[in-house]
Amino acid sequence: MENKENLELEMDISQESEITEPVVLSKGVKSKKKGITADTLFVICNTIFMILFVVITLYPVLNTVALSFNDGTDAVRGGIHLIPRKFSIKNYTVVLHMQNIITGAIVTVARTVIGTLLALVANALLAYIISRKEFLFKSQLSLFWVITMYVNGGLIPVLLLYKTLGLTNSFWVYVIPGMVSAFNVLVLRTYMQGLPEALEDAAKIDGAGYMTIFVKVISPLCKPVYATVALFVAVGQWNSWFDAMIYNRMKTEYTTLQYELMKLLSSVMQQSGSATSVNAANVSTVTPVTVRSAATVITMLPIICLYPFLQRYFVAGLTIGGVKG
Amino acid sequence: MKRSKKENNMSVSATRKNFVKQRVLLIWAAVFMVYGLVFYYIPLGGWVMAFQNYKPKTGLLHSKFVGLGKFQFLFEDQTFLKVIRNTLCMGILNLVCTFVMAILFAILLNEVRSRLAKKTIQTISYLPHFLSWIIVTGILHDALSANGIINELLVKAHIISSPISFFSVPELFWPIVAFANIWKETGWNAIIYLAAITSIDPSLYEAAAIDGAGRWAKIKYITLPGIRPTIMILLLMNIGNILNAGFEIQYLLGNGLIKNVSDTIDIYVLTWGISQSDYSLGTAAGIFKSVVAIILIVIANGVAKRTGEERLF
Repeated sequence: MENKENLELEMDISQESEITEPVVLSKGVKSKKKGITADTLFVICNTIFMILFVVITLYPVLNTVALSFNDGTDAVRGGIHLIPRKFSIKNYTVVLHMQNIITGAIVTVARTVIGTLLALVANALLAYIISRKEFLFKSQLSLFWVITMYVNGGLIPVLLLYKTLGLTNSFWVYVIPGMVSAFNVLVLRTYMQGLPEALEDAAKIDGAGYMTIFVKVISPLCKPVYATVALFVAVGQWNSWFDAMIYNRMKTEYTTLQYELMKLLSSVMQQSGSATSVNAANVSTVTPVTVRSAATVITMLPIICLYPFLQRYFVAGLTIGGVKG
Repeated sequence: MKRSKKENNMSVSATRKNFVKQRVLLIWAAVFMVYGLVFYYIPLGGWVMAFQNYKPKTGLLHSKFVGLGKFQFLFEDQTFLKVIRNTLCMGILNLVCTFVMAILFAILLNEVRSRLAKKTIQTISYLPHFLSWIIVTGILHDALSANGIINELLVKAHIISSPISFFSVPELFWPIVAFANIWKETGWNAIIYLAAITSIDPSLYEAAAIDGAGRWAKIKYITLPGIRPTIMILLLMNIGNILNAGFEIQYLLGNGLIKNVSDTIDIYVLTWGISQSDYSLGTAAGIFKSVVAIILIVIANGVAKRTGEERLF
């Protein structure tokens, strides 16, 4: 805890030292002392706000990590903040020995990889078709997909449809139905429309067909926006649990990590923090709370490790997406 | 525009030539049409169920029609009325809170001068967005539990004498949901405002500095008006989503003690449609939600049109 606060203080000092300079420089221009004090007050308040913001954002996450490394019965006493009091990795051994967690992890990885690839190809191809200026049914096809953003059948009709199509109790329900998303198509289309036409024209003169242009000319140029869409889809796939609960409740082999985590969560909530141990695992020093913390850490680890490196992609994607469809 | 007019005037043979030329595109477009029809448009046909007394045995074609009977039941059902109230209130509360916080955060972060601090804070601020609601509710549950940090702080500060059981107090549920939404989405929602702020002409700030404007004045007279169009269009886009904001967290955190304030339309659909297997009633409630959402979008768009703001369509 101390370490972290120090780090923040340092950040904050470096920030202020940089700020004072321009203020001093502009003193000559302004020569209003009142304005400067108000600005200093603003900087102080802003710094406090930012520190609070960072602490509130990070504390609960770090607290979960601390709990996951703490002995279960000891954790019931409370008072664990950022550092485990009685260190233990039993929570993790218990979690990694739960068959449903292992199955869930495999299914989740599979749906994330397959689902993202399928969605990316489908969305990109559709966006390519709609972005062709000369395409005969350009506006009709666009409208057809934009409507799906606003109107949907709702839970029950969709469930009946999936049942009819044999998608329930199967892995494919995770990747087939959500494959095309109008929002992602619009993001991709906007990007493709902004590409210079000259390159395409050159390829056309060389006799390239539409598909060749899509694969060899457009797609390489679209790498950044493909990354954005892939990121959106992958995060959605990794985090979804509702489909597992509704469509695959009966099939334990198609359960997902998040759904298993949800089951752990509800078991914790029902016992509301009581010290009952997980007997099934024959370990007396884990509780539902600490086991759940360990499962939570495992579930969020890949995301936490990856997202800082993918920042520029989602920032770019959101900005394109914000542009009128 | 010109182009499409030209296309209209094209001779039949030219159109045929185009068809041949674009056959690959047309084939794929047709494939996507079929996919879209199956997964997005056919379920709309299921809306028929809402006017029937649907039995899985008899199927969609042979179930008895009951007209508006299911809707009548809905609006006479006290639970459903409560559920509408909960959905709307939480939706609006969440929208307002997350909106204000995102704008505030974006503006204040923009005022942080150190680039390293700015980058670090922003990276940290995105984190919760990538966590699933399952994880967020778990974390929230820990923080608000009897020996969680919030109770500990409140007891230490002598605001309360003994820990509160946060999830059994109905009055606290909506604020908790709003807070969870703020925690999860503030950094993410701020991205677009930060992008909008960067596109404001820097010479405006320089001019204001020469006129002796302080930071507050600059925010009030330059930054805020500068991001106004962005704020408006995002507000519009989100108004249609008000009713969608009420499922995961309410479902995960709701319990018998606070059911009255935590249940939303989606949860109602789930309970009646799946648990009670009354498909017709579940569908009717779902239709109600869709229709209200569309009305909200149209109204928002109309208001935007009248006030001369940007609009969605």
